[in-house]
Amino acid sequence: MNNAIPMTFYVIILVALAFPLGGYIGKVMNGEPVFLSRILKPAEQWIYRLLHVDAGEQMSWKKYALCTVVFSVFCLIGLMGMQMIQQFLPGNPENLPNPSWHLAFNTAASFMTNTNWQAYSGESTLSYFTQMMGLTVQNFVSPAVGIAVLFVLIRGFVQVRKEGLGSFWTDVTRILLYILIPLSVVLTLGQVSQGVVQNFKPYETVSLVEPIVLKDGTTVTKQIVPMGPAASQIAIKQLGTNGGGFFGVNSAHPLENPTPFSNLLEMISLLLIPAALCFTFGRNVKDKRQGFALFAAMTIVLVVCLGLVAFCEQNGTPQLAQNGAVNLTAVNQAGGNMEGKETRFGIAASSTWAVFTTAASNGSVNSMHDSYTPIGGMIPMLLMQLGEVIFGGTGCGLYGMIGFAILTVFIAGLMVGRTPEYLGKKIEPFEMKMAVLVCLATPVAILIGSGIAALLPEVADSLNNPGAHGLSEVLYAYSSAGGNNGSAFAGFNANTVFLNVSIGLVMIFARFVPMLATLAIAGSMAKKKTVAVSAGTLSTCNVMFVFLLIFIVLLVGALSFFPALSLGPIAEFFEMIA
Amino acid sequence: MKKWKSIFSRALGFFLILTVLCGGLYTLAMTGLSQLIFPDQANGSLIEVDGQCYGSELLAQQFADEDHLWGRIMKLDTATFTDADGNPVMYAAPSNLSPASEEYQALVAERVAMIEAAHPEQQGKPIPVDLVTNSGSGLDPHISPAAAEYQVSRLARTTGKSEEEIRAVIKKYTESRFLGLFGEPRVNVLKVNLALDGILD
Repeated sequence: MNNAIPMTFYVIILVALAFPLGGYIGKVMNGEPVFLSRILKPAEQWIYRLLHVDAGEQMSWKKYALCTVVFSVFCLIGLMGMQMIQQFLPGNPENLPNPSWHLAFNTAASFMTNTNWQAYSGESTLSYFTQMMGLTVQNFVSPAVGIAVLFVLIRGFVQVRKEGLGSFWTDVTRILLYILIPLSVVLTLGQVSQGVVQNFKPYETVSLVEPIVLKDGTTVTKQIVPMGPAASQIAIKQLGTNGGGFFGVNSAHPLENPTPFSNLLEMISLLLIPAALCFTFGRNVKDKRQGFALFAAMTIVLVVCLGLVAFCEQNGTPQLAQNGAVNLTAVNQAGGNMEGKETRFGIAASSTWAVFTTAASNGSVNSMHDSYTPIGGMIPMLLMQLGEVIFGGTGCGLYGMIGFAILTVFIAGLMVGRTPEYLGKKIEPFEMKMAVLVCLATPVAILIGSGIAALLPEVADSLNNPGAHGLSEVLYAYSSAGGNNGSAFAGFNANTVFLNVSIGLVMIFARFVPMLATLAIAGSMAKKKTVAVSAGTLSTCNVMFVFLLIFIVLLVGALSFFPALSLGPIAEFFEMIA
Repeated sequence: MKKWKSIFSRALGFFLILTVLCGGLYTLAMTGLSQLIFPDQANGSLIEVDGQCYGSELLAQQFADEDHLWGRIMKLDTATFTDADGNPVMYAAPSNLSPASEEYQALVAERVAMIEAAHPEQQGKPIPVDLVTNSGSGLDPHISPAAAEYQVSRLARTTGKSEEEIRAVIKKYTESRFLGLFGEPRVNVLKVNLALDGILD
């Protein structure tokens, strides 16, 4: 079957679900009643009482930022500490030892920043207790913090000459109770119905039909079937653009993503909230066209990338085709480059996932990106390097894109010689400085990180492939960390002291610099008066603006990364066809 | 100073409340519901016949015997897990190799030679790609219908069954696309082999 047909349906289903969800999220965050209010209002009030907070508090941007940072620091310390003592805690039927300090730091930084980069394999490293009480919790709260910051920015545009931007505690509580937890409950049950495990049993060992004789003469007669509370974590891993797999190979694992239906559920949910937030944005700034414009820009780039990756993967490589001895046609099989892909997903569902997961800063995978064709693997890498603004992470993707929109109106303003405005607010030097921080934090973190790593001889030992593809592995790792994505060219062994610490620091930098800059923009915008729309105002919701925005996003990405990409995937492409 | 102190205590309290709510209550409730509604699926989809367990229908085993259907190429991992007596237990991993390198070309050439030698009936026909590639999980339990069909003549020769009987077994354990649209048709290798061995119908 032509790949274009299911891929078109994936995009249609996504839009059809995201649109109503966008309206719902907008209502929840404004405190308007929704159908879940009757059940959840008491729980919400109970949390405010426990914390002694006033739900209607209006924080300044500085206080909001302080709450965000202090809360995140507790998450980092709590999660790192929990891992370091997992051996002494309950819920560890496999008696897994404590991970090293640097792996614990890396994992804690990774999950706290909504990156979910994994230098470990879940089933052989972390206890059930750590997975549920540590990682699952961060899977919930890190996207909630991202969405909360987005709403601060929205309020910044809406408020006129005010300081107040809402309460951190109220925002995060509402996002969790009304949005993330209900969606996760539905998704968990959907996943379990397909065969994703959800239990607290020790791992099962089962007899092999054909025993295996190893090279040293030992016979292996049993297979391990890993267990655990997987489905509940996988649900929020997808919905919160987290992406950290319960098992090492993530959603390629048949116990994490067993059927095409489970794959459809997981794949749609990974882009659902970031896409819905575009519509929420338009609704809550009271100009729906603004949301549609950002959504259109993101969707255009997404669709082009989908087409490119599927084309490259369906064609495969000459090295795999073996002069026609291997059948790569799509007759009674998916065909194409099936290295690192699951039979049940084939080319269409694998390529779509690869693009969705790197467009959103999700980072879960259902096929191994390390085994993609050179250009098929470069597109996901580029999507991360663009700063995770093609939908991007829950909340953070959209505020990143708004940073680019501000940059775009500024550049357009320079061309026509007018003071730039966005959503009725003047863009002045302070906002510009902050917008540049939002847009450039990711490229700077990626290039410096991978530059240093490429110079160190010890990093060469971590590579799984030689030559240009080896450089791609390093570049992909830092792109993933710098974009807070979390996916990997997974042959790369990232569990070393240098890589754990440096990648951990890159993730923290790339999360908090744009976040704090966004809060600063919000604070400054809220204080301004609105300017009336005149004939000279640049429209930020027409076709020209959409393409101008895409152009600016690609320009910043291309200028930053073309040299590095030409030494990695592009060089490998020319070697392949030589 | 007072502002700092209140933010600190609230952030810590919030972290603890959310740990109990999103980590504890949520996971326990989901486990309880799952065990109640979907007990087989929630526990690893194990295949049990007459009280004996023959593996999980979702996890691949390696098949190399002439009278069994072969699956995806597997990179076995026997170092990570051991059983209660300390014996190595099988698990598997993806290759993560680039499909565009010379090393990979040589590796696939070896696999092609091995598979061609075992299937003299298929001489001259190209080998379906599933049979010469490692999967995404390393544990892919399926192959494509084309990859199963390629092996039918060999299985007929080695098992003494007719090609029609073999095809009927394969067809029985073939799953189709979801709604005819999503995912790919696939043959469950373990179930076919259990049927060929007379364990499953």
